[in-house]
Order: sequence, then C-alpha cells, then structure tokens
Amino acid sequence: MQVDVADLEDIALGATILGTGGGGDPHVGKLVAKQAIEECGPVEMIRPEELDDDDLVLVSAQMGAPTVAVEKLPAGHEPMASVERVERELGREADATMPMECGGINSMFPFAVAARKDIPLVNADGMGRAFPELQHETFNVYGVSGTPAALADEHGDTCLLETTDNERLEWHARGLTIRMGGVAYVTDYPMSGTEVQDTAIPGTMSLARDIGTAVRTTDLGPVDAISEATEGSIYGEPTQLFEGKIVDVRRRTEEGFVVGDVVIDGLGADAGETMEIEFQNENLGARRNGEWVATVPDLITVTDRETGEPIRTEALRYGARVSVIGIPTPEIMRTDAALDVWGPRTFGLETDFVPLADS
Amino acid sequence: MNGHRLGIDVGGTNTDAVILDESDDPIAKTKTPTTEDISSGILNALDEVLRQAEISGDDLEYVMLGTTHATNAIAERKGLNDVGVLRLGAPATKSIRPLLEWPDDLAAAIGDDIAILDGGHEFDGRELNAIDDEEIREQVRAFDHVDAFAVTSVFSPVREDHEERVAEIVHEELGDDVPVSLSHEIGSVGLLERENATALNAALTSVAAEAANAFIDAMDERSIDAQLYFGQNDGTLMSVEYALEYPIFTVASGPSNSVRGAAYLSGVENGIIVDVGGTTTDVGALTDGFPRESSVAVEIGEVKTNFRMPDLIALGVGGGSHVDIGSDGTVTVGPESVGYRLTEEARCFGGSTLTATDVEVAASGIDIGDTRPTVEDETVRKAREYIRTEVERAVDRMKTSPDPVPVVVVGGGSILVPSDLDGASEVYKPDHYEVANAVGVAIAQVSGEVDRIYSLDDQERDTAMDDAKAEAKSRAVEAGADADTVEVFDVQEVPLSYLPGNAVRIKVKAAGQLDH
Repeated sequence: MQVDVADLEDIALGATILGTGGGGDPHVGKLVAKQAIEECGPVEMIRPEELDDDDLVLVSAQMGAPTVAVEKLPAGHEPMASVERVERELGREADATMPMECGGINSMFPFAVAARKDIPLVNADGMGRAFPELQHETFNVYGVSGTPAALADEHGDTCLLETTDNERLEWHARGLTIRMGGVAYVTDYPMSGTEVQDTAIPGTMSLARDIGTAVRTTDLGPVDAISEATEGSIYGEPTQLFEGKIVDVRRRTEEGFVVGDVVIDGLGADAGETMEIEFQNENLGARRNGEWVATVPDLITVTDRETGEPIRTEALRYGARVSVIGIPTPEIMRTDAALDVWGPRTFGLETDFVPLADS
Repeated sequence: MNGHRLGIDVGGTNTDAVILDESDDPIAKTKTPTTEDISSGILNALDEVLRQAEISGDDLEYVMLGTTHATNAIAERKGLNDVGVLRLGAPATKSIRPLLEWPDDLAAAIGDDIAILDGGHEFDGRELNAIDDEEIREQVRAFDHVDAFAVTSVFSPVREDHEERVAEIVHEELGDDVPVSLSHEIGSVGLLERENATALNAALTSVAAEAANAFIDAMDERSIDAQLYFGQNDGTLMSVEYALEYPIFTVASGPSNSVRGAAYLSGVENGIIVDVGGTTTDVGALTDGFPRESSVAVEIGEVKTNFRMPDLIALGVGGGSHVDIGSDGTVTVGPESVGYRLTEEARCFGGSTLTATDVEVAASGIDIGDTRPTVEDETVRKAREYIRTEVERAVDRMKTSPDPVPVVVVGGGSILVPSDLDGASEVYKPDHYEVANAVGVAIAQVSGEVDRIYSLDDQERDTAMDDAKAEAKSRAVEAGADADTVEVFDVQEVPLSYLPGNAVRIKVKAAGQLDH
C-alpha cells in the first residue's frame, strides 16, 4: 500500500480522532511529512507480517511541550538523526520504521523518515491512540526494552540513553527534552520483526486514514462514518456515548499537562441527562449522570455534532454542540498487563477499567 | 461651542457618520455611499452631519475613523506591498518555509521573497542561535527591491532583540523610510501564525498610508483642526502615526466598533451583540463594555493568524438576503444577498427578488421602500422562524453560561431580529442602532500598553503585576485619557520557564475616556 501526499490529510484527520482530544495538532508534522514525500516520493506501508523475523524496526516521535512545538519548528533532520544514532549504536541500518503513537502529531513524523531513508513504514503503533509518556507503549507492556534510545534536536545534537527500565527512560528523556529547548525527537524501543509482530497494535495507520476519509466524505453522522472505517479493523464498533451542549469547562496546568473536565448537558435522546469527561491532555474517562461509562484505554473523542470534526481538549468551549464518541480498543490494549500501565487508576481516576461493549 | 466629536465608519458599502455633543449624545447621523477615492465619501458624510448638527468644523475636537480598507485590500489582493519576509530561527524551522500555506495569488501579490536566517531564542530566553550581521546585511541587500520587511524570530514574544537588530540593519542598508514590521509587536507564540500576521501587516503599510491621507485630506479640505484617531481591533483608538505602522490592527475594527457602539447606546456592559448588515449578521460578546476576544487562530484572507481578534460568529443572514422557498415548502434565508443593490432589487423597492427585508415589510407594514409586497403568511412564518433559530443558536454559542443575558441588536437590518429571543433576559434595540459602528468609534477610549519582562527573583509576582498596571494606566493618561476614567482591561502573563520563580512576561492594557 502506497501513501502519497493526498493521503496525509486523511491520516492527520483520522489521527486527531484517534488522539482522543490530545496528542498534539498534527498540522506541523503533516507539513514536514508532505515536504519529504514531495522530495523523495511516496511511502510504502507494509503489514507487520511482511517483516522478516530479524528485520530491525526503529520508531520516531516528537516529545515535549506543545506550545514549544508550534514556535520552534523542526529543522527537518531531527527524526532522521535520532534513528541514525540508534542505528550507529546497533551497528546496522533500520529495515523499516513505524510510529510509536498513531494519535496526534506523532502519526506524521515517521512518514518523513520512511520517505527520506527509502524504507517501508509498518502499519502499526504502540499506543493505539495518544498517551502522554514513553512507557505508555504495548512494546513496554509486553517486555521490549526502551533502550538503546536516542534524542535529537535541531542543532544536530544527539544523546544516547541506556536505562534499567522504561519508566527511567521517560524520566531522563523528559529532562533532556527541557535542555533541548522544550521539544526533542526520540527513537526508542528498537525491535526485531518478530517483536513488532508480537507487541505492536496492527493496522492503526490504515485505520487513521480510513477514519479520515470516511469523516471527510460522509453524508452520515460521524459515528456511522467511523463505524465504516473500524469495521475492517481490530477495534470494536464505535458508539455515540452522548449528544449535547458543553455547559462548563474547567482546566488547570499540572506538571506541564493540561488537566480538567468538561460538562455536557444532553440534547435530543439525551435531553435531561449530563455527561462529564475528565482529561489530562487526552480524554481519560466519561461519566453519565455520575456513573462511569467509558475510561482509558478505550477511546473517548468529542466531535462537532454537525461536521464530525474532532475537538481537541484545548479547544473545548462553552456552547459547542458535540457528539461524544466511544471506540472500544482491541484486546491487546486491555489485558491486565496493559491496564497496569495505562488503566484508569494510573491516571488517578477512582474506577477500574469500564470496557465499552463491542455492540 | 467646542468639544464635539465626529465618528466616521467607512464600510465596503456605506460611509456612516455621527456627531456627538459635549455630553456624548448623538445629535446628527447619516449613511452615504462609500466612494472609490474614500475621501469624497467622507466629505459627503461630514458635510451632511455638520449641516444637521448646525455646527462648524471648528467645533470638532476629536475625529475618529473606522475603516475596513485594510481588510478589503487583503480580500481583493489590491495595493499590497512587495514584502521581504525574514525569519530568524535556523537551524530550527527550516522544514517549513514562510508563506507555505498562503493562497498562491496572495503570496504572489506580496512577491514571495523569503529567507530563513540564523537566530532566535528558546522558550526560556536562552539564545537558540546567534544572529550573523553579515548574513542579514547580504539578505537585506538582495531584497532591496521590496517595499517593506516582515521580521519573525523564534520565541520573539519572549526575547525581541534579534528582530530589533534586523530592523536596525534594514535602516542602515536601505534607509530609515523602509517600513519594517516586527512580529513581537504583532502576535503571540505560534511561529507560522505570527509570521503570517507580520507579513500581512508589512503588505498593508501603503494601503494604510492611502487611507490615512484620504482622512487627513478630507479634514484639511474643510479646515478641521481636530485630533485624528483610528479605531483598532480591541475597540480602542490609535493615533494616525500608529495606524500607519500597524495597519493589521484595523482589520477587525468594524465589528469592535459596533460592539462598543451597541454597548454605549444601550447602556449594557455584559451581554451579546447582534449586528445585522445587508449580507451578514455578526454576533459578538460584550465583556465589561469591551468585545470578547477569540482564543483560537483567526483567518484573514484565508491566512491563519494568531493575534487576538473579537470573537464573532458571522451568519449568512442580512437585510438583503434572498428568501428561497424550496419545492417541499421549506424556506431558507441567505447566504445569497442583493447586498447594496437592495434599493433596486428588493420587492419593496419595485425589484423582483424576495429578500428578508420584504418579508418584514409585508408582515409588519414598516415603512421601508416604495410598496408593501404581498408575501404568503406561511412564508413569513417560516422565514421569521429560520432567522430566529439562526440568531438564537449563535447567541447561545457566544454565551459563557446557561443563564439568560441581555441581547443588543444594532445595524441597518435590525428589524429582522425578533424582540423575544430564547436565552435573552431582554432584547434591546437602542436609538441610532443603524449607525452603531460610527457611534462606537466616536466614543472609543484611548489606551496605554505595557509589555515587559519581570524577574521574579527579586520581587513578588503581585508587585510586578501592580507595577505593570500602574505603568499602563499612566501611558493611557499620557495618550490623552482622563485619569479618573482609566481602567485596566487586558492582562496577559507568559511564564518564561518551566521552573518556578524565574521570570515572567506581563502585558497589560489600560484605557480611559478622552479628556474633554
């Protein structure tokens, strides 16, 4: 499957929906990927099964503060530089690249790496949505070491990390990111083809594209459009959790994250009911009349009721008419081991995981 | 007799004027067609209001102009400067060139002369890269054919010195008269959007000079020796000299003026303003007497910018909107409109197009046009319902809480809006509603601004904030405001580090009434 410039628009839109309110605006990443494909040609996207067992797969992603990311734009070589630093350490070149996060801006940079290095991009990722930290990866959940990992900045500085566990990788990488000016580019979790097949969430990039295409072209509501796209994927069938009007948004900043909740009064079939959604950059959990109806890791996305456009948490505002859409995640993201890494309690929600039914 | 003020609003269709007496009460008003050369339209309006008020030009103490000239120049790509667009940030930022996402014809209209040079800062004020004077000089000389420069440095809202150095070099190389727009004066964090706004500003300086000169010439023609001001986006006034340097700050002055005028005429300080024109209706919010500003990126001429603009919802409904009856009996209003041809094409003026105005004339018998057209009751009911629903939804979206709020309706098409809107505690249609724009600029306040970095190592945040507020107030007084009326109306705080206790950038705006 080939990915060309035109496909990037749909992937970016789908990635915003998979970003569940966070993950960073894909806009800047899209422009970088576009330029790479225009200069080097379209990207070959392959299924995890197409990898050889001992192929080397290296991911790339941006980490840091979204406010810095929109001001200090990349030089362009950073994602390549972090990949190449890990290649140097391992003494071999990557056979393929892959996103570590299919939601938000990090859906985009791996396309620039694939185009410029002329290697295929694996249609899979390690988050299945957007999450805030480096340990939030199925690769981590299922036992892959995050290191050797490398960070790169616009000056051409790189830094190689070896850590004893993946939480410490996050801790050191976050500190270096501040020194690199608030945004850095990371390559971590170097994997063999077998490891990707065993631990990655397959099909998430084509899912992003299909969701984007469906929402862009649909005459139906966003739920029906997304249903069309998830049908052929390992994700469950989306449901409209709620329909209504935003009546309150509370936000505060905690350790670099935007934390808060939004209150929605029901309209239509939901008239007279209330939904509250808690978020930390991404939407974490939704309560209907006080009862939890959906939580991480399942996807909770707020969309414009009329256009189906996803609304990021920083753009939530009073008066907007919205549909709240829930998408059940695949089993690989819901195991006990996975919930230990990204279940509701790890984000401070007072509930166990409330799985969305695959209706 | 002295102390009168004249407010003029030059719109795309009409030039409105109003004269306020010493106690700021409207004593004369007119709507005249806008002319190609602007100044003869201003003279027509001026002569008419002076005649009505029975005063002479000498009685005018202040003259204020609101104009959409800059907005139209961008929309029509007319009269724009060739701009040298310089970005300082290399090696960062090179992956996305300036003007990348502009419409091709707009980028071509300003010449597409772009360069990315060494420089810029980090979020905490450290240098990202040093600037190279020789590199800048060479680039400036290579762009010696442009009319103006736009300079944008990475994190200049935190540290502006690199941009200021480029301005010095441009003036050394090409002379002091070359306009240089610096991004830190224009926008906030968000490089592409700030760069876009800065490039648009640089593109507009000739157009701004033309409008200013038309205004000055018109006043000279009638030997009027009043102080002249322009209305700006935030609803306050700026001097002619300032308007020449920052024309981009006039692009949204129209809606701001009508919000301010509506507030003044109705006495409402907090509520929703509905301004009904010929083609569109703008719905805005009034917070403590000022327009509420938008928190998301605003597009001008299809270009994303990030400076703050009044938060508005524009509806495709106005007095000249077509009323269409579908084959299934549904009735829609707009977005197509007869616009300024209302007096030829609307049925109540003998034309053949059924407009929103015709529906009201038919239903209420209000005295507009030459005849009272016949419109079926069912169509009237459905058209009114359509407009009511559109306006009510927009009002609701602009509210910040579910409680009912006052709604003020102004503009030439005010009759379209019913007096019992859902979500409104009361609907006001004040006297002189049709010239609320011109009233808004005439009563506008004069402002003072402080934008400074405070170190919090040697003082408390509150002390720094108090200092900035006091300074902004005293600048407003220096600019002509009556000290008793000056109040702070905007405070922004940008922390310069993730670590607590270092430095903070504080921006404060204060405004007060002009002294009489």
